[in-house]
Amino acid sequence: MIGFENVRKEYPGGTLAVQDFSLEIASHESVVLVGTSGSGKTTLMRMINRMVDPTSGRVHIDGDDVTSLDPVQLRRSIGYVMQASGLLPHRTVLDNITTVPVLRGTAKREARTHAHELMEIVGLDAALAERYPSQLSGGQQQRVGVARGLAADPNILLMDEPFGAVDPIVRAELQRELQHLQRDLRKTIVFVTHDIDEAFLLGDRVAILRPGGIIAQVGTPQEILADPADDFVSSFVGADRGARTLHVERVDGRDVVVDADGRPAGVLAASGDRSAGEGAADGRTRERSS
Amino acid sequence: MTGSPFLDSLRWLGDSAHWTGPGGIPLRTLEHLGYTALGVLVAALLAVPIGLYVGHSGRGKGVAVAAAGAARALPTLGLVTLFALLVGIGLTAPLLSFVILAIPSLLAGAYSAVESAEPATVDAARAQGMTEWQILTRVELPLGMPLLVGGFRGATVQVVATAMLAAYVGSGGLGRYIFQGLGSQNYPQMIAGSLLVIALALVLDLTLLLAQRLTAPPGVRAS
Repeated sequence: MIGFENVRKEYPGGTLAVQDFSLEIASHESVVLVGTSGSGKTTLMRMINRMVDPTSGRVHIDGDDVTSLDPVQLRRSIGYVMQASGLLPHRTVLDNITTVPVLRGTAKREARTHAHELMEIVGLDAALAERYPSQLSGGQQQRVGVARGLAADPNILLMDEPFGAVDPIVRAELQRELQHLQRDLRKTIVFVTHDIDEAFLLGDRVAILRPGGIIAQVGTPQEILADPADDFVSSFVGADRGARTLHVERVDGRDVVVDADGRPAGVLAASGDRSAGEGAADGRTRERSS
Repeated sequence: MTGSPFLDSLRWLGDSAHWTGPGGIPLRTLEHLGYTALGVLVAALLAVPIGLYVGHSGRGKGVAVAAAGAARALPTLGLVTLFALLVGIGLTAPLLSFVILAIPSLLAGAYSAVESAEPATVDAARAQGMTEWQILTRVELPLGMPLLVGGFRGATVQVVATAMLAAYVGSGGLGRYIFQGLGSQNYPQMIAGSLLVIALALVLDLTLLLAQRLTAPPGVRAS
């Protein structure tokens, strides 16, 4: 379990990144911090592995105040996947994935065997093992980033807009695979994004942040869509533009779901037909808000 | 001797008598290389750790740049004379001057090498749990190695071209031919000495250029 207690972060010069933030994140839960730039979401996430220390307040993991832990050991015990992958450009895919296990003293051969398994899990062709990051596509680099984050089998995975820099089709694919992965691995995931659809897709709970790390609303995607706390949340999730208010129109004998602006959002599944499976959570929330 | 001093200097270089013995070209070249190596190595022991620290921490950069600039502005001949007056004739005075001459390039090479790593890459390495030392030795240095070698290249070429000043205060090296020639108005010998210094500088420059190419990190496109 990760806990934030009245956390505040002020930078020298007076910039207030986070005012007063409290949140508890249960083990095996995936929580998405979503907000615009300046909302302090990345700052908050980086407090968990002490890349940022709070000015006041407490961050704890399973009861231990993180400031009492050695930052290097702490970081090695937490997976970190970042925007634009952050891979070491002078090391091969395999060496990048084994970075943390090797730092932790795992034998190189063992780490490499495990890295090959991870490559398969995240959908990377084994032939890429000896390539350098610059020889990979953006999507492949992000997969390597995810494999590296998982390599030391951490309980906690921090993901900082990991799919922000790839094209929409690849992004959708990576999101879907992360959902699969999470179903099997059940890590505690803290995920940062500015994309509300991504947040609703990947978060068991979503925290919508105002500038200064103020929680506008926290809850399941369903709760937030069904009952936005205020105009800020409505506007953020698109409810005020009618994007979340759906109704059914009958076109050529099929039920087409259309939002308030008349933009088609999808078709209505026949009763009992759950083949739309992957997007089930998303689909449910949209149905509910109609 | 007759004709152009340049042809005479080539004739001087071709004279086998100049290629043997304690005053011969091979031995003088070795002395010259020795002074250069010693000057650059002592300077490196001082400048490289400071440069790496400045580059990694970002602290003291203003001071380092100002000091390097000031050291560059010092006239080496003046320094050699000054040190010779202070410590006497011999090798110490010119070596001190060569160290001061070599420091700016080495300092700049070391801190620009470390600084050249992308901040996002360094941040990622730290977030994975690398210690600051591991970030320096496994990320910043491998990525910046060509720039560090470039610092050695600049320093070496400057010192090798200036090392003839050792002979000005009584030591050996290729400068002997130049200052002896100056004293006895033997211009072919002076030119020959200069040509040897130039050749040595070019050889060292090309060797270190090659080293720069060889130390470029794999997987990173040549910058």
